[in-house]
Amino acid sequence: MSALTGHPPRREPRSILPWLATPALVVFVGFAVIPLVGVFALSFTTWDGIGAIHPSGLTSWRAVLTNPGLPHALWVTFLVMVVSWAVQTPLSILLGTFLAGRQRYRAVLGVVYFVPLMLSSAAIAIAYKALLDPNFGLGAGLRIHALSQDWLGRPGLAFGVVVFVVSWQFIPFHSLIYQGGVQQIPKSLYEAAQLDGAGRIRQFFSITLPQLKYTVITSSTLMVVGSLTFFDLIFVLTEGGPGDATRVLALDMYKRGFQANLMGPASAIAVILVLVGLALALLLRRLGGRDAGASQLEGV
Amino acid sequence: MALSRRTLLGLAAGVPVSAALAACGSSGPSKSGGGATYWYLNGQPQEGVRAGAVDAFNKAHPKEQIKDTTFQNDAYKTKIKTAIGAGQAPTIIWGWGGGTLRTYVEAGQVEDLTSWFDEHATVKKGLFPSSFGAATVDGKIYAMPCETVQPIILYYNKKVFERVGAKPPKSWDDIMALVPKFNAKGIAPFSLGGQSRWTNMMWLEFLFDRIGGPELFQAIIEGEKNAWNHPDAITALTKVQELVKAHGFVKGFSSITADSNADQALLYTGRAAMMLHGAWSYGIQKADGGDFVSSGALGYMTFPPVEGGKGDPSDTVGNPAQYLSISSKADAEENKVAKDFFAKGVLQDEEVKKWIDNGSVPIRLGTEKLLAASKNADFLQFTYDIASKAKVFGQSWDQALSPTAAETLLDNIAKLFQLSISPEQFARNLNAVTAK
Repeated sequence: MSALTGHPPRREPRSILPWLATPALVVFVGFAVIPLVGVFALSFTTWDGIGAIHPSGLTSWRAVLTNPGLPHALWVTFLVMVVSWAVQTPLSILLGTFLAGRQRYRAVLGVVYFVPLMLSSAAIAIAYKALLDPNFGLGAGLRIHALSQDWLGRPGLAFGVVVFVVSWQFIPFHSLIYQGGVQQIPKSLYEAAQLDGAGRIRQFFSITLPQLKYTVITSSTLMVVGSLTFFDLIFVLTEGGPGDATRVLALDMYKRGFQANLMGPASAIAVILVLVGLALALLLRRLGGRDAGASQLEGV
Repeated sequence: MALSRRTLLGLAAGVPVSAALAACGSSGPSKSGGGATYWYLNGQPQEGVRAGAVDAFNKAHPKEQIKDTTFQNDAYKTKIKTAIGAGQAPTIIWGWGGGTLRTYVEAGQVEDLTSWFDEHATVKKGLFPSSFGAATVDGKIYAMPCETVQPIILYYNKKVFERVGAKPPKSWDDIMALVPKFNAKGIAPFSLGGQSRWTNMMWLEFLFDRIGGPELFQAIIEGEKNAWNHPDAITALTKVQELVKAHGFVKGFSSITADSNADQALLYTGRAAMMLHGAWSYGIQKADGGDFVSSGALGYMTFPPVEGGKGDPSDTVGNPAQYLSISSKADAEENKVAKDFFAKGVLQDEEVKKWIDNGSVPIRLGTEKLLAASKNADFLQFTYDIASKAKVFGQSWDQALSPTAAETLLDNIAKLFQLSISPEQFARNLNAVTAK
């Protein structure tokens, strides 16, 4: 998030400001750190969630790592992450740039457009499920044969639907970030470009896009790390199916822990999820370079 | 006292925290109130019958109070497990018996009721004998069977059969012969809510029984090695895939959920000719299907035999009953209240009448007259006969197996119906989780 904050505030003498972080810290330790340690400990046990907890060394880890389901779930998670990133990013940049203009109709459009952002994932999933129903859905209702496919019943199609719905839900949010990013770009750059005779497309590729570099990194970090936690939407939409075509890691964890009563292996998957998320976040920060936190306006 | 800004802020900050902490502390049933606690599923019409039985008991026994709390189906499954694991179980635990009950028993969380049933032989004799199988673990009874029997039934749409000029199937070969007939007229032979997975499972339950007899699945429950590889099991699995390949199920079946009742709608709107579903489906079709049931268009029969199969066509599968267990963490007083409820509060006349009015068959014996007087007499008599005459009433597989095995089973069934694994792969995957 540091790319958005710009300059740190001037240092205040002997401020009490650091202490104001205490409540947040208490909540963070209580609801994030302690459970995380607990999950890590649980991953070295076998527990069915009901009886006694038996320490069992690496049994749960071995069960998870030798299960053919894990590479598959990792692969699906990775695929959802990459494909939904590739779909969302260009569209969000274009929409964000478009919405950054000053005309009134754009503001109206922007408001209408942000509606998906206000709906809960479960509601979105239920709505799409009803629309995509091959017998009673949109296709059947409008008598458009091409629309009444077995959308959620064929592996390839179901994956596509998941990516589409995820994009539909989150593109507004990322457009908002890009809109803010575009509005930060100094007008003087565009004025200079116009004097040099650059057209709108040239301006977009030579000024807007390079200036959005850090916004891209911020938005991508949110997308990538966020995609690791996709659960509610996929759970309601496909339950990981058909078969295991859309079974992402978070869903795999839930199914093992709460449906199959295997808390040990589920905890091991949770630990893997945390590690993957951390690694991805660090990697993206690295890509942003060391000056990611610095202002982009200096020297303009 | 004048409220200063500081006290207001203090109040504002303090209240939510203390409220949250208090909520954490009291989420389990409180032990202080005397009486027993009882958790069960909400959702009408069942919830009303359950609550009615508790109210009636509380009124008749002013000194023994039961405090009931209701939960939504899926939420309950997680909640009850967490509560039992945390030692916060209610006195009376509502459940489905079978594999889940076994996990409670193995963790020492529920009381052995064998001797209580010996002392209260009249209670035991008044219930369907077949309902006790899923309450029994290693020869001991750990739950009181309650509520209704729900065998799986083959429903069909008589109007659609007339239109096509076909007769209800009398054998598996008839089923396979009907498939192209219906498909040619643009009607799906079978409706199926395949995304729910247990819906597909009902097909395998019947095919295993009809082809291999009840011993086939019994060997699986007992953890016999390679039990899923039995030639009869492979035959049953292959037959299901043949039906899928012949387009026996409605287009898009693997994206239809049973929760939405879209599968029922396909039957009563005439888009599908037949449907294999639980006895509870009758009530749903009656409520949602307009005049479908009242006009006599709904036909029902039991699953037909398979040529050359070893199974007895009178056998059935489904839910033999619902179950009530007593938490072993309950104190003496709670325990006594719970047992009095079992003896004098469960399936009393009033409750029995209500179940019958709702179109289901309570598991109490000797209700024939009440069933015959009901508006749904034909269907109820049919269900009663299936349940009371079945030599073997197999419990739904996902309830009979341990939750761990059940999850693998449901996953693989979905893939089997998807044709993405072969019967042999299916058997291999399941042998790995059910063999001891």
